[in-house]
Amino acid sequence: MSEIKIEIINAGEEATLMVPNDMGLNLMEFLKANDYQQIIGTCGGMALCASCHIRVLEVNPQLPEQSDDEFGILDSLPDVYDNSRLSCQIKLDDNLESIKIEVIGEVE
Amino acid sequence: MIETDIAIIGAGPVGLFAIFEAGLLKLRCHLIDYLPQPGGQLSEIYPKKPIYDIPGFPSVDAQDLIDNLMEQAKPFDPTFTLGERVEKLDKKGEADFELTTHMGTKIKAKVVVIAGGLGVFEPRKPKVAGLEDFENGKGVAYMVLDPEKYRDKKVIIAGGGDSALDWSIFLADVAKEVTLVHRSETFRAAPHSVNTAKKLAEEGKIDLILNSNITEISGGDMLEKATIVNTKTEESITKDVDNLIPLFGLSPKLGPIADWNLNIDKNAIEVNTDDYSTNIPGIYAIGDINTYKNKLKLILCGFHEAALMSHSAFKYINPDKKYTMKYTTVSGVSEF
Repeated sequence: MSEIKIEIINAGEEATLMVPNDMGLNLMEFLKANDYQQIIGTCGGMALCASCHIRVLEVNPQLPEQSDDEFGILDSLPDVYDNSRLSCQIKLDDNLESIKIEVIGEVE
Repeated sequence: MIETDIAIIGAGPVGLFAIFEAGLLKLRCHLIDYLPQPGGQLSEIYPKKPIYDIPGFPSVDAQDLIDNLMEQAKPFDPTFTLGERVEKLDKKGEADFELTTHMGTKIKAKVVVIAGGLGVFEPRKPKVAGLEDFENGKGVAYMVLDPEKYRDKKVIIAGGGDSALDWSIFLADVAKEVTLVHRSETFRAAPHSVNTAKKLAEEGKIDLILNSNITEISGGDMLEKATIVNTKTEESITKDVDNLIPLFGLSPKLGPIADWNLNIDKNAIEVNTDDYSTNIPGIYAIGDINTYKNKLKLILCGFHEAALMSHSAFKYINPDKKYTMKYTTVSGVSEF
């Protein structure tokens, strides 16, 4: 077991959190557990609802490619960026060392 | 005026099961949901996904679970108001509540049960300057309720999903002009719809503007013009338009419930776990919308909450009646 460093920018505030990489969590679940309330996770992590939208600013090493489902759901949003991802599709396992993200989620 | 024993806000799995539990106690239910069909997020978001933690079903597809719950509720003759959002909740005298939807439908009930899941599914709004100035009948709408409204109008639809494609295709024969604006050049909609839309574009019946966003809309009393910017070339064009329909899916919001003086913690309603009652006597909250110590947002927990709520609601409605719980294995299910 080692830890993943997660840097989070949320509404201008920055936080750095560490999470063990063997808990079987995805990033959406981790953000929800840490009370990032714009991350809703309506569909529970099936890449079906886009309510866990984030931007990936830096990541080490590279993340796996988006699935067609994830691409499709992101493509249905009114605002999406080149580095947009669904946080439910990012696994916090030993393939990830560190990640810097901006929380978007469901914007009012 | 619709009159019922229990008004249930939200027709998801937990609201539907509450019909059955209340029905066993001879209480009638009327359900209200903003979505056009019962089933909540199961039917709206993941109808084909299997669910593995419903007791007795090793695996059940979400829509099949909803169909079964509707079947199970049928003997108790539930009634529905669909496609409407409960806007107001008033206490009328000692015993009754009056609910009013955004369309003006009124429902009188002895007990109110909020089974609203994550809240009301509201349309996502794109960032377009001036968008909100033209809502409420001035040209911008987020869903198509009556296609005839668009006859001989110049319509712009924004979005790349199924509903954007399907309405562009449908309105191509109704409107004077249909323009579909989509941010990328691919569509995630069903291939058949995509092909039909492309064919209509070739025939000149739909103006397909890809890799583009609407950035601004303007007009006088009514919508008149839309500025569309190509995201690659940054070139912008201005088009005459009567109606803009942004279709970017739905996202859940707590909505008007937040204003009903209920105790709310992090977008969820606080309840007493004895019977899932809220701080207002006669109002209960069950399923994903409530919160309490060790709450698990699981359908099966919502079912349990529906059962306890029903017994408490029975006592609230009939303070002088005695009731002994009976098992369905003994007394069966006697329909209304």
